[in-house]
Amino acid sequence: MNLQVDENGRLRHFLSIDGLSRDIITDILDTAESFAGVTAQSVKKVPLLRGKTIVNLFFEPSTRTRTTFELAAKRLSADVLNINLNVSATTKGETLLDTLRNLEAMHSDMFVVRHADSGAAHFIARHAQPHISVINAGDGRHAHPTQAMLDMFTIRRHKPDFKNLSVVIVGDILHSRVARSQIIALNTLGVGEIRVVAPRTLIPASIDSLGVQVHHQLKSGIRDADVIIMLRLQNERMQGALLPSEHEYFNLYGLTEEKLSVAKPDAIVMHPGPINRGVEMDSQVADGSRSVILQQVSYGIAVRMAVMSMSMRSQQDTGGSTDANQN
Amino acid sequence: MRTRIKGGRIIDPANALDDTLDIFIEDGKIVAVAKKHAGFKADEEIDASGLWVIPGLIDLAARMREPGEEHKATIESETRAAASAGITTLCCPPDTSPVIDTPAVAELVQKRAEQAGYANVLPIGALTQQLEGKQLSEMASLKEAGCVAVHNVRALDNIQVHRMAMEYAETHNITVFITPEDNWLRNNGCAHEGRVSTRLGLAGIPEAAETAAVARDLALIEQIGVKAHFCRVSTARAVRMIARAQFDGLPVTADVCAHQLHLTEMDISDFDSNCHVIPPLRTQRDRDGLRTGVNENVIQAICSDHQPHEADAKLAPFCATCSGISALETLLPLSLRLIEEDGYPVMETLRKVTSGPASILNLDAGTLSAGRDADICLFDPESYWQLTADKMMSSGHNTPFINWEFKGQVMRTLLKGKTVFKRDDEI
Repeated sequence: MNLQVDENGRLRHFLSIDGLSRDIITDILDTAESFAGVTAQSVKKVPLLRGKTIVNLFFEPSTRTRTTFELAAKRLSADVLNINLNVSATTKGETLLDTLRNLEAMHSDMFVVRHADSGAAHFIARHAQPHISVINAGDGRHAHPTQAMLDMFTIRRHKPDFKNLSVVIVGDILHSRVARSQIIALNTLGVGEIRVVAPRTLIPASIDSLGVQVHHQLKSGIRDADVIIMLRLQNERMQGALLPSEHEYFNLYGLTEEKLSVAKPDAIVMHPGPINRGVEMDSQVADGSRSVILQQVSYGIAVRMAVMSMSMRSQQDTGGSTDANQN
Repeated sequence: MRTRIKGGRIIDPANALDDTLDIFIEDGKIVAVAKKHAGFKADEEIDASGLWVIPGLIDLAARMREPGEEHKATIESETRAAASAGITTLCCPPDTSPVIDTPAVAELVQKRAEQAGYANVLPIGALTQQLEGKQLSEMASLKEAGCVAVHNVRALDNIQVHRMAMEYAETHNITVFITPEDNWLRNNGCAHEGRVSTRLGLAGIPEAAETAAVARDLALIEQIGVKAHFCRVSTARAVRMIARAQFDGLPVTADVCAHQLHLTEMDISDFDSNCHVIPPLRTQRDRDGLRTGVNENVIQAICSDHQPHEADAKLAPFCATCSGISALETLLPLSLRLIEEDGYPVMETLRKVTSGPASILNLDAGTLSAGRDADICLFDPESYWQLTADKMMSSGHNTPFINWEFKGQVMRTLLKGKTVFKRDDEI
């Protein structure tokens, strides 16, 4: 049983790209395209989710993802409640399920969840009341599907023909929920070639089973690529035995104009942000003509509007009315 | 009290016996296994026609959560569940609270089991005090108090302490149970490092966390000559390493959890926390290798690794849940499934849950020989049933085998000649 789609095959929760059909993913991209116009208007609101309450439930700190979700919800005319639960709530003995029950009692319609544990969004979706939609805003190392969708949206705007694309993801694949979601999205959309580039310490076991080629050298990895996605390298990775130093990492895997010259001349460079300049890439590339990093951020709002409105539409039609479930 | 079990198919692996005979029991002991026993007047006759009559099962690892975690289960609740599953002897790992590192706790566990009266419980003593891996436990006293082996449960980080503990155990002729796991390589993982952990973003436990530990421990065992037992082997490669060591004459044995013979990492599916077990479910290749290990007698025992939990313990994101399966009631069904699935011989399969574990611990049990305690299981091989939570006897309902169909069911269990379980009429 797929938790994410209802009996009519429509989006019910958005937890992971894994398990969604190409049709649904394309539908999300098309819907986002229609909202991209809204965000450019002077009056930036549509009344689709008027009267609905959306809870941003963040167990991990986040600024950018949370604010774009908040903006997306507001542009759909929903009421938004931001709840930042740091570790202290759980150290007081409250379980995730307790937290969930408390928030349900506040008559909410949708949870946007970020949590440090892989599978947290699935867990919440499985245990939430049936009228509630759950959107995964990042769970552990598992998935960050809205980020992946805004990346697909960005790629499609620049390179609409997925079939003949060569897309490269560079950096800490092991710890990256973004990379996992991107890889599955790219494969679902039929992208011709997907490569990952990193030293072995940052590549998870059996990654080839996800349908990617593994490279350990940046230049061979990005040769003739159409799209280069640089991942953020968390500072704490330097403290373990994963990498010797930022210096060596930048030398080997940092993207510079010189290294970028082996990619296709019209290649685009992406990054989920925030960038560590001088670690993942140098400023020349980040601010250069091939960088689409800022577009990614603004597309993020349209994509999140699409996902929110689509999953709520399914809930409104089939998930039982809000009134019936709230008493 | 004299009891006669009539007309059953007696299967006793220790004596290579498979025949339709009667069992004659007097004062809790088996006095004869024969067609007739001259002069025997039974007070009670049990009709076993159509049933298998086998030794009561011996389980090398069953947590009963007492003392310390009685909100999960108790010795009484779990021994009762064991009796319903044909298990008459359970070994209790030392990670209770307090730890079984003093004779007092070892005696408490046995006393509680005696009071409950459903099954024998044999404590396993702690290898080091508080299981902290620093100071040796009073192993000789623990043995005196009834501990059948010593175990540190979580592997020791300090290999020098491990060596000393083995030497001390060998001095007193105590079997050392070893968890083949390198804590550094395990690194807080919660699933096998492979396709599924990569897809789901779960922290992985590499195969080498087990094989590196087995290699290291075999080197120590070879030098020390201690009788050692590898607990809960999970990889095909470790099975081969142990097979090689046995071929070379090392005094090593091994066991496997019944669930490892049936599930793989793929069963985790969408974060099914009932499949969160340590060691983790591994690949199909590993599962096949474990089955081969059982078949070739590299692995002498199949155990339940029973770990009952309250419902809340499994209600969290996968890695945040408690690991373990409530497994007493599936030990025999999952073992016998090997007969159906892989055509294993009945006798050899039953050996893994009776005389196999008994010989690892040098126990006077797991057989139907005359003179032994009448710990006996009567089993209907043709009855089909489905495992459901509401019918489980254990306090823990945490199992991925809910709704599985099984062939064959325990009908009655005797402990020292006394019926401690009878289907549809539980005592």
